[in-house]
Amino acid sequence: MNCCNEFSRSTLLRRAVAEAGNGLPAIEPGMPSPAGTGLDRRQFLSRTLGAALTVYGASALGPRVLDEGIAHAAATGGNGRRVLVSVFAPGGWDALSLLYPTGDPRYHKLRDSLALKPGDGPRFRSDPRLHWHPALKPLAALHARGRLTVFPAIGYSHPDQSHFTSRHFWEVGALDPQAGTGWLGRLLDVIGTEDNAMQGLSLDGALLPSLATARVPVATLASPGDYRFDSHNVWDVPGELLNDAIGSLGALSADPDPMLSQAARTIRQADGLRHQLGRFVGKDGQVHINPKAKYPETDFGRRLSGLAALLDANFPIRTAALTGPGSYDTHADQQGPLQDGAAQMAEGLAAFQHDLERRGIAGRVLTLVWSEFGRRAQQNDSNGTDHGAAGVAFLMGTKVRQHMVGEFPGLTKGLDRDGNLRATSDFRAVYSSLAEQWFGVDAARIIPDAARMPRMKLVA
Amino acid sequence: MPLPVYTGSFAPAQAERLLWRAGFGPRPGEERALAARGLDGAVAQLLTTGPDRLVGRPPKVNGRRLFPLDKFGHDHLWWLDRMVRTSRPLTERMTLVWHDWFATSNETVGSQRLMIRQNNLFRRTGLGSFPGLVMRVTENPAMLLYLNGLESEKGAPNENYARELMELFTLGHGSGYTERDVREQARALTGFTARYKDGYGWVKFRFDGNRHDDAMKVVFDKPGPYGWKQAVNLTITHPAHKTFFTRKLWGYFIPEPADDETQAALEALYVQSGYSTRQVLTAILKHPRLYEGPRMVKPPAVYLAGMLRTLGDRISTEDWVWLSIQAGQLLFYPPNVSGWNDDRWLDTSTFHARWSMAERVLRKHAYHPDHTKRGTVPSDPVKLVDRAVSFWGIQVSDTTRRSLLTYAQKAMGAAVADDDRQRKFPPMTLNALRHLVAASPEMQTA
Repeated sequence: MNCCNEFSRSTLLRRAVAEAGNGLPAIEPGMPSPAGTGLDRRQFLSRTLGAALTVYGASALGPRVLDEGIAHAAATGGNGRRVLVSVFAPGGWDALSLLYPTGDPRYHKLRDSLALKPGDGPRFRSDPRLHWHPALKPLAALHARGRLTVFPAIGYSHPDQSHFTSRHFWEVGALDPQAGTGWLGRLLDVIGTEDNAMQGLSLDGALLPSLATARVPVATLASPGDYRFDSHNVWDVPGELLNDAIGSLGALSADPDPMLSQAARTIRQADGLRHQLGRFVGKDGQVHINPKAKYPETDFGRRLSGLAALLDANFPIRTAALTGPGSYDTHADQQGPLQDGAAQMAEGLAAFQHDLERRGIAGRVLTLVWSEFGRRAQQNDSNGTDHGAAGVAFLMGTKVRQHMVGEFPGLTKGLDRDGNLRATSDFRAVYSSLAEQWFGVDAARIIPDAARMPRMKLVA
Repeated sequence: MPLPVYTGSFAPAQAERLLWRAGFGPRPGEERALAARGLDGAVAQLLTTGPDRLVGRPPKVNGRRLFPLDKFGHDHLWWLDRMVRTSRPLTERMTLVWHDWFATSNETVGSQRLMIRQNNLFRRTGLGSFPGLVMRVTENPAMLLYLNGLESEKGAPNENYARELMELFTLGHGSGYTERDVREQARALTGFTARYKDGYGWVKFRFDGNRHDDAMKVVFDKPGPYGWKQAVNLTITHPAHKTFFTRKLWGYFIPEPADDETQAALEALYVQSGYSTRQVLTAILKHPRLYEGPRMVKPPAVYLAGMLRTLGDRISTEDWVWLSIQAGQLLFYPPNVSGWNDDRWLDTSTFHARWSMAERVLRKHAYHPDHTKRGTVPSDPVKLVDRAVSFWGIQVSDTTRRSLLTYAQKAMGAAVADDDRQRKFPPMTLNALRHLVAASPEMQTA
């Protein structure tokens, strides 16, 4: 609304990101301490001893550190493991705008003010009725290169139109409101180990529920750049001993009080994560990365570029989850927000794919992009759309096998009683197929309804 | 059905827990004063309403006062200051409960003025009748902006508020209403409007009968030409509401479900009292499970405000804004309409943020190793641990005390026969111990 407010807002938000490890100037020997961090040189040295992994964009590589990291990872078998990345588009994105059916006779009637024209976006090669939203051009290009499988109408039977319930179903991989573990979490319970918190990495401020496990640890990291524990006016031996002391606060993890032990377990996991990150860092505390593609200057872009670097450095990650850019609950005036979110999403995803390919590790990474539901076929009178049923999802990677799974059902016979798009593919079938074809795990151990679900050929 | 009431000893330890659950922890000595009143007196004291008295020095950031209506983050600091300095902690805590219950984010509303207006509504009427509160929330400007109420008119109802009114505010998902009920309620709720003033924002919020759909609707199988007040009342008198309300309110104060008898008694009390939040809250605050049951993880705002309240510190930095973002709770910006996920406050990422918060709180209290006179700080590890624990005025378990002592012994052990270290290590070790206590499971929960 006013310039200064916007400015202070962006400054503080940037600061929140910067303090999580991005954007601070790299510390080289002899450099002054970073401005504004309130640290003196001595403290900084003592805290880097603690175990920092600092990932910066576009800086020189610290050769010794990276060598050590790669050697260690190779020894521990991180190399070559397959990885699944889950990207959530929050709010229920409008499939009928992202892949808009100009070839369907009812489209312009249902979307009188929102309809896009045939020339607005690229043609969708797998179905002549559909076009890509102009903001998704980067995805159209990936699709043309065989790097993207499109699910034009994905959902489940008896669709639920609550954001929270429908998202929960997708996260737990079952139509079970009570389920307490995520589908990726259960996958990790099968393929993961008890000492590797990095195997399930939530690149978010909080643990994304799809990663919630019953058995093995997972980690959250707002940004891959930073995980240090420092204290003001503590250095030398007291500073060096501090990090181990933090871990010892986790000693209450068997306390009979469930909340006390939960807090203690979190502290233990934090300590474990610090160790994991620390293994890849030398005494100078630095690892530098060079992204091999141009990412958008967004949190999403930074997180994906950090993730690519971690994967390239052979961090033992098996699944990662993050929330994509945009907010898709577009009940009113949807064109602008949808355009902005979709553009940032597509640019970030395409940069990630290019980065992985240029690093030579794309063959072991698949990325699944999903939203809790699509939106109603009939637009509302606020230039927006209300909650619907089937939506659109993408699977990205060099190893994807198909251009399209499930067909677009059309706006005549393809709508249910509530006027929502019917699903032609089920997310539980996608999860089951990925469990088997990508991770070689019996889907029945992860997806409760696996036996009733068809399988799709997803992996080449 | 009688409601169970806690009959054990109401000592400072119990009073302290009550102050953490129903407020932001004690100021020094506050738990002793509250314990002296006994359980009934303590709960009555907390439930006293009326003008608040803010105790202590007002905020000063960059040498200036706050600009909560205009400057980004200052809304957060403004409320944090109230949590730190309030003499009506339960009123403030209930305001936080309602902010989570009727979660509204300024990300969408785009007006700190309207957000703070809504906040004051919670503060002013939050202990009264729940249906009264829902009425006020339904016509509240920030809520109308957040859930598309202004875009919902005759012939073009917007379902957003109608759905969340039932799913999140009064009934709960799967409690017996249908998609048709959502659509019919949306029609009943049509008619609100406002005017957009260029360069200022939305003004003149009002109900306009011409925009309202006054035709017949069918809600919960009952036909009627419902308006927005009836739409609210229909949810309150729906059989699922009393269960939803009592369970949800209970969950903010006690981390395990109520037993069946307590649950039934709370529901009966709620209905008999004419849907009084105060009556149900009183019963919850006196319930044995609050004192005998498990601890609860402090929400980030409570953790931070509690540290500042304990130490008598004023709000003096904008750092609380970005640190609170990292810890997962920027006030006025809940993640979505269902509020914050209270089961997931603590993880490796937010724990790290809490560590950073404690570091920032402690900075001004830290001893400087080069400028601390010898003897100001003891060098005996046991005494150092005692000093660090009493600094925060809390009790720690024997297990945690052993961890702290091990650290102090190792640190001081490295100073033996080294004069420079003998001088510098005690203050550094005490600084670190205070920080470790602040990070301990005991401090994260109450």
